[in-house]
Amino acid sequence: MKNSFINIDKILDNRIRLSMVSLLMVEGEVEFKEMKESLGLTDGNLASHIKALENAEYITVHKSFVGKKPNTKFKITSNGKKAFKKHLQTLENLIKQHKK
Amino acid sequence: MKKDYLQDLATIRNIMERQTKFISLSGLSGILSGSYALIGAYLANRLVYKSQSIAYDAVRDLEFNPLVWKLLGIATMVLVLSLSTGLYLSWRKAKLQGEKLWNPSAKRMLLSTFVPLLAGGIFVIIILLRHQIWLIAPACLVFYGLALYSGGNYTFSDVKNLGIVEIILGLICLWYPGKGLLFWSIGFGIMHIVYGVIMYLKYER
Repeated sequence: MKNSFINIDKILDNRIRLSMVSLLMVEGEVEFKEMKESLGLTDGNLASHIKALENAEYITVHKSFVGKKPNTKFKITSNGKKAFKKHLQTLENLIKQHKK
Repeated sequence: MKKDYLQDLATIRNIMERQTKFISLSGLSGILSGSYALIGAYLANRLVYKSQSIAYDAVRDLEFNPLVWKLLGIATMVLVLSLSTGLYLSWRKAKLQGEKLWNPSAKRMLLSTFVPLLAGGIFVIIILLRHQIWLIAPACLVFYGLALYSGGNYTFSDVKNLGIVEIILGLICLWYPGKGLLFWSIGFGIMHIVYGVIMYLKYER
């Protein structure tokens, strides 16, 4: 959001992170495995983008154990929801401008 | 700044839709299961009319004579064939679309049809036990329609419309006792074929 004159969200200006947030917008919370499979990502690139989204406080990460297996869940925060909606609006505006 | 923002929007739409809508339903399976239903109804009709009113009394009194067993056999065949055709064709379509058949939207869709279907199933069993068999056909149609209407929230909206048609047919059927098989053939046979053709023309051609 540093770039004030076009107001594009740096965090969401990335196809993979945008996909992750879109998925969370619908589901609210998603497990690591489901996120990976439904977006067709590898463990490695999922992890790095998770970090970025967590640092921006768009999502929270919940680690727990189901039996002996570690289980990681992601939840979207109200910050994340707001940012997503704002980003959609920005995209819409950009496209409108482009049409003129 | 040469990024393709239209592509970004398409990605969002795709993910959200895939997550909420089950799109692997096949029109062809509608046409086929409608045809099975019509053949089944034809066979049942022939059996019942050959035996005059004996069939009605036997079914009403839950008397399991050979005729009733044959009718049950026809019904089971139609059900098994329809379900397996539907599953197979959806699986094939999902594979072609690069989707998984069992995804969150499939779960949601089945869950939302499950409640009306279960209620309908119990309702019909009670009708049978109370020997009110003239109510069976309208009850099946109405509850099936409700199930489609509710499941239609998670798939093509055409399913919702089919649900409304089935409910209306069920209500009309309630008004004409004794015409159960006719309305059943329209609801489960002809309407499925019509819906299948519409789906095929709209989404699969």
